[in-house]
Amino acid sequence: MEKKQKLDAKEGQRLLQQMILIRRFEEKSAEEYTKSKIRGFLHLYTGEEAVAVGVIQALTEEDNLLCTYREHGHALARGVDPNAIMAEMYGKQEGCSKGRGGSMHLFDATKNFFGGNAIVCGHLPLAVGMALAAKKQKKNNVTCCFFGEGAAAEGEFHESMNLAALWEVPVLFVCENNLYAMGTAIKLTHSVQQLEKKGPAYGIESAAVDGMDLLAVMEATAKAVKTIKEKGKPYFLVCNTYRFRAHSMFDAELYREKSEVEEWKKKDPIPKFQEFLLKGKLITAKKITEIEKAADAQIQEAIEFAENGTWEDTENLTRFVYSETESI
Amino acid sequence: MSDMIKITYREAIKQAIREVMQKDERVFLMGEDVGNYGGAFAVSKGLLKEFGADRIMDVPLSESGFTGAGIGAALAGMKPIVEVMTVNFSLLAMDQIVNNASTLLHMSGGQLNVPVVIRMGCGIGRQLAAQHSHSWEPFFAHVPGLIVLSVGTHEDARGMLLSAMQSPDPVVIFEYTFMLNLEKEIPADAGAVEIKKAKVLREGKDISLITYGAGVYKCLEAAEALGEEGIDAEVIDLRVLRPMDEETFLNSVKKTHRALVVEEAWKSVSISSEVISRIMEKAFFDLDGPVERLCGVEVPIPYPKHLEDASVPQVSDILEKVKKMLKP
Repeated sequence: MEKKQKLDAKEGQRLLQQMILIRRFEEKSAEEYTKSKIRGFLHLYTGEEAVAVGVIQALTEEDNLLCTYREHGHALARGVDPNAIMAEMYGKQEGCSKGRGGSMHLFDATKNFFGGNAIVCGHLPLAVGMALAAKKQKKNNVTCCFFGEGAAAEGEFHESMNLAALWEVPVLFVCENNLYAMGTAIKLTHSVQQLEKKGPAYGIESAAVDGMDLLAVMEATAKAVKTIKEKGKPYFLVCNTYRFRAHSMFDAELYREKSEVEEWKKKDPIPKFQEFLLKGKLITAKKITEIEKAADAQIQEAIEFAENGTWEDTENLTRFVYSETESI
Repeated sequence: MSDMIKITYREAIKQAIREVMQKDERVFLMGEDVGNYGGAFAVSKGLLKEFGADRIMDVPLSESGFTGAGIGAALAGMKPIVEVMTVNFSLLAMDQIVNNASTLLHMSGGQLNVPVVIRMGCGIGRQLAAQHSHSWEPFFAHVPGLIVLSVGTHEDARGMLLSAMQSPDPVVIFEYTFMLNLEKEIPADAGAVEIKKAKVLREGKDISLITYGAGVYKCLEAAEALGEEGIDAEVIDLRVLRPMDEETFLNSVKKTHRALVVEEAWKSVSISSEVISRIMEKAFFDLDGPVERLCGVEVPIPYPKHLEDASVPQVSDILEKVKKMLKP
C-alpha cells in the first residue's frame, strides 16, 4: 500500500470532492427528472464513482476520453463545466453539446471529451482509430475508452481488441463491469465472466480491479498508463463495480433483489475513501462537510444556469447536419 | 481545351488515390486487401510499394471495426480513405457509418468534424448472385449527415475523390466494379470536380433521362440511338445522391416536359422514388405526361446471365420505354 501513503491531503481532498460532486449531481439529476426538467433517457452513475475518478485522474489533458451513455461522472471528473452539463440535460443551447445531445451525448472537444456514445460498444472502434491517429502523428497521448460489460459481448469489442493489439496503438480499454447489461446479469451474457481473461486472447495485457476502491483503481490505472506509454500497446482494465440505482429512470429493477443492492452499498466507494482520508489525517470531518456543501452549491448554480438557459430557435434545427465550413 | 487521354475507370480511381496521398500527409488508405493483394479489384495495385504499409493499410475482416477506426482517426486529425471491398459487406459497417460518422457533428453541437471518405465497390453485371450484386445507394442516401456520391463516369472516377478529401463531413463513394476495365477518354489534365451538383451530360429537348451510377453510360448510349430516330433526349447524371441537387433535373424537366428515371437499385423506396417525388412537388404543371422509371426488379439478383440481365434496366429497355412515352 505504498501508493496510498503517497497521496497527499490536497490531492486526496480533490478526489473526494469529485466523487461527492458526482454523487450529488446524479441525485439532483434524478430529482430534476421527476420534475420533468430532464427528459429522454437518464442513466445515473451512483455507486460507480471510484472508476471514473480513479481512472481519469491518471490521465493528462492531452489524453482522449470516450465514454458511454452513463457518462455524467466522467465528464465531471474530466473537468467539463457542470453548468454546461446540466444545461445540456435540460436541452438548452448553453449545454456542452448545444443541447442537441442531452444526457447521453455530452461532448467537449476543448477537453478531449468525445462523448457520450449511446450505441453499446459503437465507440470502441472510434477509440482505436483515435489511438491510431495519435500513433501516426507521433503524439504521446493515450486514448481511454470506457464501456460496460454488456459491450464486451458485442462483436465490435472483439474487433476493436484485435485491431488495437494488431496495430499496437496506445488505447486504454476500461470495462466498467457493473454486473448487469441493462437488466440481464453477467452470468446470462458472458460465457467467461472474468472479463480480464479476454485480453490475453488478443495479446493484450489485462488486469481486474475492485472498482469500489478508489485507491485500487488509481493504482491499477497508473500501471496501465505506464505500460501503454512504455510499450505503445493497448491495455485492458476491468473495474468490477455496481450501480446502486436503476439502469435508467424507466427501470423497475425486477431483475435483482433489494438485498443484493444493500450488500453492495456496504462497499460504497465514498465512505470508504473518506474513512481512509480521515484515518490518515488527510482530511477532517469538518472539511468533508465543507466539500459536501460546496458540491451542493455548485450543483445549485448549475441548475440555475440550466434554468436560465435559452432554447435554440427551431429555425436552426438543421444546423450541424453538415459543416458550415467548405473544406478541412 | 486540353488533350484527351484514354484511361480505364480503374486507372482513373488509382490516379486519384495517388494524387490525394501525394498532396496530403494526413491521407492514408485502409481496407481489406488494399496492400499486399493490390486491392480486391486491383485499384490500389502498386500503391503499397509507393507509399509503404503505414499509408496503405491492409486490415482484418472487421468491417465495423476498421470503418469505425477510420472515423476515429478522422476525429483525431487524419484524413483516412476507408475502402469497404464491396457494398455487400457494408451493412457490417452500417452502425459506424449511420450512428457515428453521420451523427457526431450534429450531436456534439458542431464541435466534431468527421472528414472520412468511405469508398465501396458496387453494382451488378458480373454474375455474382444475390449476396454480391447489391445496389444500396438508397440506404446510404437516406441518411442526413452523409454526402453520398455515385461515380458514373471516368471523369468523376478521376475527380470525385479529390474533392471528397476536402470535405469536412463524411463522404460515401460508390464505384461500379463492372466498369473497372472500361476505357474512355478524359482530358489529360482532369482533376477535382465539384461534388454538389448533378450534371447534364447530353443536352436534348424531348425527354429527360435522369440516372446515376451504372445507368449513366446506358442512358448515354440509349440517347445516341434515340437521336438517330429523331428523338432528342437529355441525359442527367445525378452524381450526388445526398444532399440531392434537384435544381438541375427540375430545370431539365421544365424544358423537356417529360422524364424517365433509370436506376439499378430496387424500385420501391429508391433514388427514383425521391427524384419523382420532387418532380411532382415542384414541376408537376410542366409535365406533358406521367413520369416513368426503369429500376431493378425486386428480386435477390440471380446468378444466370440472362436472369441477371433481366433484373436491371438495359439499353434496349430504355429505348423501348422512351418510344412508348413519346408515342403521340
